[in-house]
Amino acid sequence: MATVTAEQVETRVVETLASFGPDADQISRESTFEELDIDSLDLVELAQVVEDDYGVVLKGEDMKELKTVGDAIDLIVSRAD
Amino acid sequence: MAEAAAPREGSALVTGASRGIGAAIARALARDGWRVGVNYRSDRSGAESVVSEIESKGGEAIALAADVADPGAPEELFGALESRFDGPVLVLVNNAGISRDDLTPSLDDEEWNAVLETNLTAAFRLTRRALKAMLRARSGRIVNISSAVALRANPGQANYAAAKAGLIALTKTSAVEVARRGVTVNAVAPGLIETDFIGGASKEIVQAIPARRIGTPEEVAACVRFLTSDEASYVTGAVLTVDGGLAA
Repeated sequence: MATVTAEQVETRVVETLASFGPDADQISRESTFEELDIDSLDLVELAQVVEDDYGVVLKGEDMKELKTVGDAIDLIVSRAD
Repeated sequence: MAEAAAPREGSALVTGASRGIGAAIARALARDGWRVGVNYRSDRSGAESVVSEIESKGGEAIALAADVADPGAPEELFGALESRFDGPVLVLVNNAGISRDDLTPSLDDEEWNAVLETNLTAAFRLTRRALKAMLRARSGRIVNISSAVALRANPGQANYAAAKAGLIALTKTSAVEVARRGVTVNAVAPGLIETDFIGGASKEIVQAIPARRIGTPEEVAACVRFLTSDEASYVTGAVLTVDGGLAA
């Protein structure tokens, strides 16, 4: 697989999260899922997008540990290497 | 039979649709404008005749061979439908089922496992695959064909009843998980229905049914058609019995 940059992942994650409700400009690396009102089902959908796009499989266990958007981006980038 | 309604986006998959209840469901969904995947395991000519009938009424359908108990079946079936009809599968009807009847002391592991695999595990795997696209589409209908024996005991069917009761629990749990995405999951629990599956029902059994008759596949299909319709958008996690009052 071609190398994935952190910027690409960030763009895709923000775009996907924005499709669940919050405004894209409200989403930063520091935003917590709680304050964005992103729930467990949203994270399952995000995991599916990530799997389709980057071949990175994220399980419920992985997602449980994630608090912020930055956590999710870092995890995806590290797994995609 | 009425002509098919205008085609919808996406498609519908009915498992075990070469005959009986599944065939009636496939025909009913086609009349509602769904492009239908008619899944079958062994009865190819049955599935092809369902497809021809649908096409003769102006609908679209495709016969899809797969044993749903095969773990690779969901990807095969959904992949085929997504590419053939160029869009997501927005209706899934888990209808395929087998029975291996025996009294509990005589039921062997193979009989237990085969029924659980086909009637329950396969429905779970297909549901899991279906939800991927339905969640993204913010729209979807899953209907699991359970059975009156999930609600009222029938000696000789411990494996079948356990699988069908499990389908109701799967229905309710997945329904509440995805309800906020506009996806509904419901179960239909038929009683005695006139199909090859039950063979000839005895007079005594018919006497036990309050309606005093066996149901038709079309009477089950009508309920499935409703649950897959736009009108049923607020019905989810429900079990609709279609049994002439047997389980009441």
